[in-house]
Amino acid sequence: MIALIATTGFALAMLIAAVVALRTRATAVAVIAAGLVSLFASVLFLFLAAPDVAMTEAAIGSGLTTFLFFFVLGRIRRESGHDQ
Amino acid sequence: MSGLLDVIGGILLIGGTAFLAFGGLGLLRMPDTYTRIQAGTKATTLGTLLTLLGIAFLQPAWALKLLLIMLFLMFTNPLSSQVLARAAHRAGIAPAPQTRADKLAEDEEGAA
Amino acid sequence: MLDAFLITAASLIGLALTFAMARFLRGPRAVDRVVAFDALTIVSLSAIVLAGLVTGRAIYLDVALVYALLSFLGVIVAARYLEGGEE
Repeated sequence: MIALIATTGFALAMLIAAVVALRTRATAVAVIAAGLVSLFASVLFLFLAAPDVAMTEAAIGSGLTTFLFFFVLGRIRRESGHDQ
Repeated sequence: MSGLLDVIGGILLIGGTAFLAFGGLGLLRMPDTYTRIQAGTKATTLGTLLTLLGIAFLQPAWALKLLLIMLFLMFTNPLSSQVLARAAHRAGIAPAPQTRADKLAEDEEGAA
Repeated sequence: MLDAFLITAASLIGLALTFAMARFLRGPRAVDRVVAFDALTIVSLSAIVLAGLVTGRAIYLDVALVYALLSFLGVIVAARYLEGGEE
């Protein structure tokens, strides 16, 4: 019973984060919201008894993707700043 | 003996999760970014540490790994809250009107 | 007895997640959203370890460790990006 409630709650939070990622105008907010979607997805995998998938999702989706997006965004901002 | 450990672990667990809930409430209710950083990282750090300690009492075989996670959190959480507060300050976010001291701005003026 | 403790703890964690999620939705500036993200990560870490206690599988702790490490990196990089101002 409580597992069902927890799984449904995390799934709803994941959907809300996905809607935020789609509808926001600021790039940084969209990247953070996408990271949040991966974070909830990883907790959801864990609740569905797949710890290895959850670990991969946390590493790739939440960690590496967010890191890469912000690294590239900072690089783009720096280089366009030099041009102008 | 095992009953006593269970009671201590349960009380620590409830205390820690209560700190988590109050930290979330502070995150929602505080007036500006800086105070939200305080509520959102300090209270939740203590709450997580207490929760993990309670679980270490409930499941003594996991104590070593839980202590490792707690040590790691004690290093990383204050660091991330400090970096976030500095980022907010450098991005020029104004504090709430009742704020009375801004030592970082004073320091940067003194250095310049 | 232990069941009552576990149910109370899980409800309190759910409450914390709801509050932090509300701040993530409202948060006027991007920094507020990063703070909410950080809090959500820490609270989810507690939820993961609690789920590990309920199911009794020790591999959940390894997931929690990976989780803590990588979300910390994400928050640091996001903060370094936002230091230069939004947009």
